[in-house]
This record gives sequence, structure tokens and C-alpha cells, in this order.
Amino acid sequence: MRRGLGNEMNHHIARPEHLAHHFNDTEQQRESAKLGMWIFLLTEILLFGGLFLAYSVYRAWNPDMFYNAHKHLDISLGTLNTVVLISSSVTMALAIRFMQIDKKKHTAAFLLATLILASIFLVVKYFEYAHKFHLGQLPGKYYTYTGIEGTNPHIFFSIYFAMTGLHGIHVIAGMSVITWLLIRTMKGAFSSSYYTPIELAGLYWHLVDMIWIFLFPLLYLIG
Amino acid sequence: MQKNALIHSGHITPLKIYLVVGAALIFLTAVTVAVSFIRLGGWNVVVALIIASIKALLVAFFFMHLIYDNKLYLIVLSAAVAFLAILIILTMFDTMERDRIYPIKAGPINKNAIIYERHTSDSLANPNHSQPTDSSADEVH
Repeated sequence: MRRGLGNEMNHHIARPEHLAHHFNDTEQQRESAKLGMWIFLLTEILLFGGLFLAYSVYRAWNPDMFYNAHKHLDISLGTLNTVVLISSSVTMALAIRFMQIDKKKHTAAFLLATLILASIFLVVKYFEYAHKFHLGQLPGKYYTYTGIEGTNPHIFFSIYFAMTGLHGIHVIAGMSVITWLLIRTMKGAFSSSYYTPIELAGLYWHLVDMIWIFLFPLLYLIG
Repeated sequence: MQKNALIHSGHITPLKIYLVVGAALIFLTAVTVAVSFIRLGGWNVVVALIIASIKALLVAFFFMHLIYDNKLYLIVLSAAVAFLAILIILTMFDTMERDRIYPIKAGPINKNAIIYERHTSDSLANPNHSQPTDSSADEVH
């Protein structure tokens, strides 16, 4: 690891264990990791972008049907889930903040709180889905419900299930990563000088929150 | 830039800022729900998207630390938003204005859903041939 005479002076003083050999210092490593994460988030925005485009086109073609169909979503459950997800973003941000000042038990507690809030989100989503399955408000050719006026009401539910479903998969993925980070935090893998994995997971979790911030008014609050 | 490898220069946001931003997000959620009950016609979606954008910016700048971090990350996020805007705006121009040039009208694409069984007899039998009568020109130009 310490090759060359010129580098000897710089590196034998401080070469932390978490610092990979191809980075000059912790700060460069951290900034590179965050840039990589942001580029990944860019691809995530474009992944959801296709669905937002489908939403825009079909809503523009069927404005009355979208209005009638959205009345069958439960605004109070949607609002509850929005508040739950925003709170989970706050707890995630606080988990990182407490690791920055080396309060590792606080970090573990806030990661656990984030997981609990994410579980509440999924449980509420489960009840919403179960209700729609029961009524036959299903995507595409599986749609059997008859209580909505306008042409092609199944398109609204195709888009509803595609968008909230993809979002739900992201919530589950985020929960898996946060569980792993919680275990590593409790094992003492992180400190105020190294917490990049928690920071990157936080960026991902906030993006999932941001996407829901747009999904909620577009699906539940049409008029 | 010379930095000591042991010193971590990540910005530590005061606790108060996280709590204030969180409260602002929940307040804006209440506002957007309240506004949705007022009939504003086409302006409902505009107001909803403006409020959602403010909320998203609060999350990005404070929770995702964009306001303190290297501005390169802000450029990456802006690029994503810009390309998404190009995708949606150009497609919407096409899909909404195409009939000014070609005799095309938007209509049901594929009457595949079970509900159509009650209205038309051939919907499930020929899912690929179920063009509605008023949009027979849906083929691409």
C-alpha cells in the first residue's frame, strides 16, 4: 500500500482502513461515491419518467375518466402514507446526522424508526390494494368493476398499479438496504469519519420519498 | 485541495433545520389536500404540481444536502429533470396536436378489458383487431 518514497511521508501518518488505495483521501472517496449515487438516482428518475409520461398522455386523452376513476382512491389513506413517508425521510436524515457526531445508538434507533415507518407505509398500501382487488379495479384486461363512467377506466388503474407498484418495490429495496445498515451500525462498522454507505442509502430513500410526493397529488388529488 | 485524511468535512446540519423542513413538508401536504377540494378546473393540476415541486426541492436541498454539497450533484439532478421535461413536453405536443396535420383522433387503443365483454362481442375474441370506429387511423405516420 505504501509504495514510492514520495508518498511515504503523506500516507504513513493517516491511511484509514476504509480508504481505498486509489483515492487520495477520505473526502475524495466520499465525493466520488456520492457522485456515483447521484448518477444512479438520475437513471431512477428517468425510469419513473416513462410512467409519468404514460400518465400525462392518458390523462390528456381521458380527462373525465381520470377524474371519475380517481374518486375511487382513498384520500385519507393517501394522505396518511404521505405523512408517514415524509416522517421516514426525517428519521433517515437524523440517523445520518447523529452518525456525524458519533452518536451511534441514536443512529441505530433512527434507522429502526425509518424501517418501522416504511413498514407502516407498506401495510397501508396493502389494505388499499386488497380493497381494489376485491372490487375488481385491476389493471388492463383484469378490470371488472362497472361503477366508473367514461371510456377505458381500466387504464387509470393500470397506471395506478404500475406507478405505485414500482414505487412499492423501491420502498422494499430501500428497507433491505437500511436493515443491512442497521446491522452494520450495531456492529460498529461506521463512525463520524466513515458513514458513506448510510449517506448513500439516505439519498436513495429521499428520492423514493420525492417520487411519492409527485405520485400522491397526481393519483389521489386530481380534482 | 489539501485536506487531512482524518478530518471529515461533511456538513452537519443543525437538528432544528431537519425538524422545520419536516414540518414544512407536512404543512404543504395539508395545503395540497385542501386545495384539491376547491374546483379550479385546469388549474388544480398546476397548483398541485407547484406544491409538489416545492416539497421535492425542500427534500433535495436539505435532506439530500444539495445546498451544502458539491454543486456537481445539483447539475446531475438538474440534468435528470431537464431530460424528463424534454421527454414529456415533446411527447405531449405530438399526442395533443397531431390531429392538426393528420386526420387522427385519440381513442381507446385496445378493448382488451373484461368490461368490454358486456358491450361488444368481439373484444376478447380478437384483442389485436379491436380498433374503435372513430380512431381507425391510429397507425403511425
